[in-house]
Amino acid sequence: MLRGATDFARDLRRHHPLAAFITRRVAAGVVTLLVASVLIFLATNALPGNVAETVLGRNTTPALVAKLNHQLHLDQSLIVRYGNWLGDALHGNLGQSAVQLAQGAPKAPITHLIGTPLRNSFVLAVLTSILLLPLSLILGTLAAARAGRASDYAVSYISLVFNALPEFVLGTFLILILFSELHLLPPVALVPPGSTPFDHPNALVLPVLTLLGVSLAFSTRQVRAGVIQALRQDYVTMARLSGIQEGRVLWRFALRNALAPSVQIFAQSIQYLFGGIIIVEALFAYPGIGQLLVQAVTARDVTEVAGITIVLATIYIAINIVADVIVVLLVPKLRTGIE
Amino acid sequence: MSATVATPAPPTTHDVRSRRRFAFLRTPQGMVGAVILIVVLGVALIGPLVAPHPLDAPIGPPGSPPSAGALLGTDFLGRDVLSRVLHGGFAVLRLSVLTIALTYAVGVSVGMLAGLTKSIVDPLLMRAVDVFLVFPPLLLLLLLLAGAGDGQGVLIIGIVMVLFPGVARVVRTATLEVSTTGYIEAAVARGERMPSIMRREVLPNIAPTILADLGVRFSGAIILAASVNFLGLGSQPPAANWGLMIAENRQILSTNIWPVLVPALFLALLTISVNMLGDAYLRGLGRSDAAP
Repeated sequence: MLRGATDFARDLRRHHPLAAFITRRVAAGVVTLLVASVLIFLATNALPGNVAETVLGRNTTPALVAKLNHQLHLDQSLIVRYGNWLGDALHGNLGQSAVQLAQGAPKAPITHLIGTPLRNSFVLAVLTSILLLPLSLILGTLAAARAGRASDYAVSYISLVFNALPEFVLGTFLILILFSELHLLPPVALVPPGSTPFDHPNALVLPVLTLLGVSLAFSTRQVRAGVIQALRQDYVTMARLSGIQEGRVLWRFALRNALAPSVQIFAQSIQYLFGGIIIVEALFAYPGIGQLLVQAVTARDVTEVAGITIVLATIYIAINIVADVIVVLLVPKLRTGIE
Repeated sequence: MSATVATPAPPTTHDVRSRRRFAFLRTPQGMVGAVILIVVLGVALIGPLVAPHPLDAPIGPPGSPPSAGALLGTDFLGRDVLSRVLHGGFAVLRLSVLTIALTYAVGVSVGMLAGLTKSIVDPLLMRAVDVFLVFPPLLLLLLLLAGAGDGQGVLIIGIVMVLFPGVARVVRTATLEVSTTGYIEAAVARGERMPSIMRREVLPNIAPTILADLGVRFSGAIILAASVNFLGLGSQPPAANWGLMIAENRQILSTNIWPVLVPALFLALLTISVNMLGDAYLRGLGRSDAAP
């Protein structure tokens, strides 16, 4: 049995190196997710402080605490609870919100609570990424082509400044300019329940601008560095000596070879967005998963925090795997050297 | 004219090295960064001593615009904005300096230990370090604050957990490089103890590598701490704090923008100046990805 498996693995490696790479990367991802689930469970269950007592507040009775403990299965051992929690999560059941149960709701499945906010955050992340990709490629390549000249300094220094700003500070400046001074946009991005973010396009402008400001600064600097390195290669000199126009050399030769590292940079930018979105949603009161998480943390609703973080960790790990696979697909050299 | 001309003493190696080490402060970028940082540090450190009003006593109606008595107006509870701005930097600085010091203490110890022991301890330590990297930083912080409660101590431990893996990795790599050199082998052969080898042989030689990204990490610590404060976590009201001030005064933006604008400006100047200094230092080493 085991022998058969190792033989299979060897065949896979030899004949389908890419499939083997993806298999291994996904397996590593599953292990990472398991580690993450242990961390999440320990942080929300093993740290001092009884959940039921915390969320019920001071004016409570032992009977109420015992009832909530039972509803949340806190009267079982840690290992049993972890097993049940993980098993349920795999079946798409993330448990019940401790705070809502404490407030008397008979049922408060976390899976239902996070659906809409997750969609709203997804809209924000996708919009930002769609704008981020072409903009950072263009700005980074232009800065690289004019390395050492005034426009390069402008791009580099502006991105240094934006890159250094916390999201909520940049967002605050945008509010001050676009709301307080120009009266153009609302300072909050409210999306009433029952409507989608696309019904309120105005609401999306400030959050997307803020996220873009910080992430564009980072990725532009990285693309610039990649293109400058590519411009130093022999094939670029060769192309120039062959009389190929400089513009064509830049966009067809240098940028194309700088693309592979750029994919990793975009993966990093998207990872960054995970933190950025939490802050931006809180700043603009945008009803996304980040705002829900912050509210849950503030209320110390640990079951809800655990449910949200395991979902976000899964998405985070999946994005990392996809980025790695795309890089391998883009760079033929890596495909043969996957070993 | 006297016959004896004083010849300057030849520079010792120490002089040359320290002069080169601070050369980045003489570049335009380094100078601008240093001046801004000194101004912000001055406000944060001296501010609490010169604040005209106590930081938690109302002096007028909430959200009133600047007047002679309150140069920046009042905040959402009617407290003096200027006094709160002058008080609010110290908390930010104390938190980020404390966390960055702890980050380096933990990261350098773990990294050196992993790099020097040629045993199972090395892979074990590094896998343990990897565990903290499975989450985006802010997510791990929020998870901890939810589980362990919303306190300064939890926030500090959380930020150290998020930042030390990066330091540990860099230090381990640098230590591995250094550990193959003759003087480490000589120290081992002399029978010196591990702690003394670490402190006297390894540390001085990996110091430049460690310091290279101090600026980036320091600004990372400031941003994380301020962001968590902005979310209303990790600080106790009525203490003033630039991050928290921005959050709590958003509701009075239409009547008085100063309690939002001024803290945002100071936070921005702080992180930008630290980043500029870090970048200027990296440029000196030829390692910056910014314009030459």
